Amino acid sequence: MKNVIALMVGFIFALGLGLGGMTQVQNVRGFLDIFGAFNPALMGVMIGAIGVHSILYFLIMKRAVPLLDAKFHVPTRKDIDKKLLTGAAIFGIGWGWAGICPGPGIVALVSGNINILYFVLSMFVGMQLYKLLESKLIKLGF
Amino acid sequence: MMNAILGGAIIGIAVSLMLFLNGRVTGISGIVAGIISPKKGDMIWRVFFLTGLILGGFILRIFYAQSFEQISNAKTIDYVIAGLLVGFGTIMSGGCTSGHGVCGISRLSLRSILATVTFIFFGIVSVQVFKLVRGAL
Repeated sequence: MKNVIALMVGFIFALGLGLGGMTQVQNVRGFLDIFGAFNPALMGVMIGAIGVHSILYFLIMKRAVPLLDAKFHVPTRKDIDKKLLTGAAIFGIGWGWAGICPGPGIVALVSGNINILYFVLSMFVGMQLYKLLESKLIKLGF
Repeated sequence: MMNAILGGAIIGIAVSLMLFLNGRVTGISGIVAGIISPKKGDMIWRVFFLTGLILGGFILRIFYAQSFEQISNAKTIDYVIAGLLVGFGTIMSGGCTSGHGVCGISRLSLRSILATVTFIFFGIVSVQVFKLVRGAL
């Protein structure tokens, strides 16, 4: 059942991304292009998503456990470390460079645009690369 | 703008369903990372989720084809570089636009708020540099 839910959530999520214009690189980069032709679509999506989820989050978390699992798997860390901020900076550079983040990249795999496939494959490589270098980075103080 | 807010609200409902039913945060980079380096018994739901994303993509392509109209000066090499950075950075920081940006901010996580401010700031810088390198976005 949890697998069916995951499938359904992925499906709904993709429709939200598409309707919100987030599968179009020009909308994402337009939001980041604050000195150029600013496009507020991404801000609208964030307002809609956070507006709904912030309310539902606090209602849901009044429960001791989720409906279909023994516990909530929600991150609890509070420390701000170099890894968090350096990783976010690296992600941000890549995000602005092509206008794609992981979700829209995967949804747009069916677009027929071969560059999206290159993006997603490179993203997998980048993830694997981080895993390979993680112990070295920790030694360097990250 | 109404479509953007409505699209966002749909995303908000999707991630709330995931939390309410499965007790999970819908962070796409984290879900993908769990497939690339799998733990026992924690793999199948991730594949189902990604399948749902792709099925949603098919429906968009059939009924809302404009959602895949891309306007960009980026060349193939730009997509490769961007993909590498996005993959590396999201795993290093433990989240992306969905995990930090939507789920994390909604629960007022300071880590996620700072990560989101950071990736938006560097996204802004990146777009400016791209314009210098390629002439236009």
